Amino acid sequence: MKLTLKIWRQKSPADKGGFQTYQVEANEHMSFLEMLDVLNEELVRRKEEPVAFEHDCREGICGTCSMVIDGQPHGPQAATTACQLHMRHYREGETIVIEPFRARAFPVIKDLVVDRSAFDRIIQAGGYISVNTGQAPDGNSLPVEKDKASLAFEAAACIGCGACVAACPNASAMLFVSAKVSHLGLLPQGEVEADARALQMVRQMDAEGFGRCSNVTACEAECPKQISVENIARLNRAYYRAAIQSDKVV
Amino acid sequence: MVNNLLLQAPIKLSTMSWFSRFLTSSIGQKLVMSLTGLFLILFLIVHLAGNLQLLYQDGGAAFNLYARFMTTNPLIKTTSYLLYFFILLHTWQGLLLWRMNRSARGRQDYAVKRTKAVGTSAVLSTRMGWLGIVIFVFLVIHLYQFWLQMKLGVLPQVDVPGSDEPVDDLYTAVYNVYKNPAFVLFYVMAMVVVGLHLWHGFASAFQTLGLNHRKYTPAIRFVGRAYAILVPLLFAIIPIYFYFFL
Repeated sequence: MKLTLKIWRQKSPADKGGFQTYQVEANEHMSFLEMLDVLNEELVRRKEEPVAFEHDCREGICGTCSMVIDGQPHGPQAATTACQLHMRHYREGETIVIEPFRARAFPVIKDLVVDRSAFDRIIQAGGYISVNTGQAPDGNSLPVEKDKASLAFEAAACIGCGACVAACPNASAMLFVSAKVSHLGLLPQGEVEADARALQMVRQMDAEGFGRCSNVTACEAECPKQISVENIARLNRAYYRAAIQSDKVV
Repeated sequence: MVNNLLLQAPIKLSTMSWFSRFLTSSIGQKLVMSLTGLFLILFLIVHLAGNLQLLYQDGGAAFNLYARFMTTNPLIKTTSYLLYFFILLHTWQGLLLWRMNRSARGRQDYAVKRTKAVGTSAVLSTRMGWLGIVIFVFLVIHLYQFWLQMKLGVLPQVDVPGSDEPVDDLYTAVYNVYKNPAFVLFYVMAMVVVGLHLWHGFASAFQTLGLNHRKYTPAIRFVGRAYAILVPLLFAIIPIYFYFFL
């Protein structure tokens, strides 16, 4: 199938950038990234600069691919990362607009690659559990209620790709932070540091320049892992509780 | 930019008290919007209960007595100062959040914009700022037309049964405004905007409070939508009734 691609090209963070149009010959079995590989091979053959885009596992679990396809992070397919989006969902002759994630906290490095280290700094601020890892504990030595384990697991499905920020009209990172706070705080090992975690991660999130959540739920709609905004309500609760009861600095 | 991957962004803790820091954090700012919004939602019910007395066929006696009660009762007066403060706080905080959220996208916006939402439409939730500004302009005109006239004491007085002394005739002032088709249209349109603002605002306020649960969120959504339709509708019926039937 012949496709027309309008791709955001930007040489460097300081470059102004702009769209360039390309023609590519793809087939329906390719993933979206493989289709871009085909384009890049063609560009290399023509001695042009290939399109920079991020990818790693290409099986929808690493959270590395980050592009906005026709106005939607990870493209039109629900609950699917860009690498798992297949060209069979497109028709011959279609035009596809590909842009990087847009957020002040995610500056463009080059073309479709953005710097998402703000997320790493949020994790550093509190997205961890301070226990010594030793030998694997005995099974069932720490009872966890099934319902809570399921909620924690659903939140832990977050791959930290940043699609929530890209989708949010306010570029808010609340879904990401709430998923991490939920996944750790719902389990007994993480409960111990729940207050400090909520305060520190929110403080870091605010410092990074993300917008404020206004409950649009675009994040959940575009999340490739379908993380629910119920987690945002849980983060709000955790934050209020921590601010009021904890001795930690707000 | 890539090299700072493992460097913690320096955070300067302000010298504000913990409470100020809490209220100015991203979640704290939303809490302010939520609580002031819920207060205004409650106020709408009280306001509506008063307004519906305009529909009594008693030449405005009940409404005029109610208007005097609302302007003289010390408890109501105290609450009204809270109300003014919360209206201004909700507006000011909303404008701050609006500006902050617009800048959070960065210098370049998307060429193709498509904002989806879960179980609702993003059309309203992404336009709360605009809807809010329209409501604020409406409020200024509305307060000038009725509230200020009452406060200035420039309204003619009438005798009403149930009061020994004459009371300000707010009813006639309302009657005159509602006989003007331009104002009737203006009031009805403003109520549509209030309804749209509430459509998102009601349920959103509860989500911000952290009240989201499979057990009761469907009920909050239902009540919120019923409220967003019924309350503005009942408000809007009054000028329509005055214009066409009185």
